[in-house]
Amino acid sequence: MKSCKVLMPIGALGGGINPVSFENGMNMKPDVIAIDGGSTDSGPAYLATGASKYSRAMLKHDLEIAVIGGIKANIPVLVGSCSTCGTDSTVDLCAEIVVEIMAEQGLKGKVAKVYSQQSPDLVKQKWDDGKIKPLGGAPDITRETFDDCDNIVALMGSEPFIEAINQGADVVLCGRTTDTAIMAAVPLMMGCDPAAAWHGAKIAECGSQCTDGAGGDGVFLIVDEEGFYVKPLQEGVHCTPYTVSAHLMYENADPFKLVEPSGVIMAGDATYEQVDDVTVYVTGTKFEHTRQYSMKLEGARASGHQAITLVGIADELVLKDPDTWMNNLVNHVDQYVKQTGIPETDYSYDIRAYGYNGVVNWPKDYDYPMPREIGVMLTVTAKTEEIAIQITKTFNPFLLHFPADFKKQLPSFAFAFSPSHVYKGQTYEFMLNHIVEIDDPLELVKFEYIDVK
Amino acid sequence: MAKIKDVAKYVKSKNAGPFWTTLEIYCETFEDYRIISQSKHLTKETVARLYDTDAEAVKMFYLENLKVVKISYPRKKPQGHKYERDMHSGQQYVLIANVEI
Repeated sequence: MKSCKVLMPIGALGGGINPVSFENGMNMKPDVIAIDGGSTDSGPAYLATGASKYSRAMLKHDLEIAVIGGIKANIPVLVGSCSTCGTDSTVDLCAEIVVEIMAEQGLKGKVAKVYSQQSPDLVKQKWDDGKIKPLGGAPDITRETFDDCDNIVALMGSEPFIEAINQGADVVLCGRTTDTAIMAAVPLMMGCDPAAAWHGAKIAECGSQCTDGAGGDGVFLIVDEEGFYVKPLQEGVHCTPYTVSAHLMYENADPFKLVEPSGVIMAGDATYEQVDDVTVYVTGTKFEHTRQYSMKLEGARASGHQAITLVGIADELVLKDPDTWMNNLVNHVDQYVKQTGIPETDYSYDIRAYGYNGVVNWPKDYDYPMPREIGVMLTVTAKTEEIAIQITKTFNPFLLHFPADFKKQLPSFAFAFSPSHVYKGQTYEFMLNHIVEIDDPLELVKFEYIDVK
Repeated sequence: MAKIKDVAKYVKSKNAGPFWTTLEIYCETFEDYRIISQSKHLTKETVARLYDTDAEAVKMFYLENLKVVKISYPRKKPQGHKYERDMHSGQQYVLIANVEI
């Protein structure tokens, strides 16, 4: 029976591969090392700026372990969604680090750089051809939205990994891919069951999150023609039918169906069997190939300059009813903001009280104990840095002194800093939640190879 | 009256991509799962009201094998929006956990 062994040493490249766990994995003679390098989870700033969330030092730490291990064992090392966002710039960053490691270690091999960043013009052409479709919850867009994005990437499937391996690549560094495509690639290439390859990849893509351990480590996957085995790399940690089946829900809006570029994983009827202390075998998943191949698009842009001011309040008159205090303050200061003559389209602001309603939109009638302190945060978003700072300055005397009761003595609230405002740079936003339909999985993908001798 | 948090083993929330949040209510026993999954108060309308979203867009899944009720909804402000409050939606579970069953 055909089978393929995949080593996932960590849930995310740059998270710090444990060398002991990695060695445990290598002792099981994997056919490939596969690592997910990215996600949109950390927000739009990384995609908009083409930057890595992880430090270069941590990327090098993990790439060093994986590349030395892979090249010495003569198995491919696959990295998908290089350094967080998978733009061309982050593929280049990973490639630069890998070449540096190979030079330092005296290793030879072929490094593939696989790009899936898209030009606005090309995407607009696809829009004109009616090939771009919205996904659920997608923002409304127009043809101009693609020009507004600072960066656009298309999520690749397994095909580009397979193409690069067929071209002799030892290390494949891909731009944005689906999380699963990285782990599914070699099992699919070796003729294993596609449903098991995709489902196994989904279970393994976050590393040890599918175990009863705390996470942050890796797992080992064996895909065959009927199902897949999954087990942890770390001693003392277990995969159980519960931990494995529960992980399918993680970060998925739909726990039974997962959409990939080439089809849909249907995991509703899967069965999970404990085969030894630490290993689970999963069968019964289905994979429905879709007639139309599609790639998801992600786009993000800078959307304004932000400045914030944080003030601490322990005054019980304010704490009794922070909503009323904040509403009165905003109504009072807004007249002064309007008098500055700055066009209203050039700015907006928001005020919230940490310790009271900082992170959750509580119902009006929610019964709560009075907090000991609140941190009231004013966030201003504006067309320019100067406008953002000017508006926080307009608010400054009121954030310092605005009374809850005008008949009482003037209070002074607690600024921690001088100046009290912080200019925090640009803010960014996701612009797309769409797919592009294409006929050839490699149509929107570019390959470059480096021979390290 | 008991709340979901009193009956469930734990409740959690997480972003599912930049535009959706997903909530999971984990139960210890099938009896607890039955109480929560059959509650008249745990509906798409309740979710829509708490999270200021459209009831028709809310998805509810009943995973009896896992003793989990999973709920997904399109978030009012996408991840990273200039006035969004919870980047990973990790604290949003508190509202559903406090629903009376």
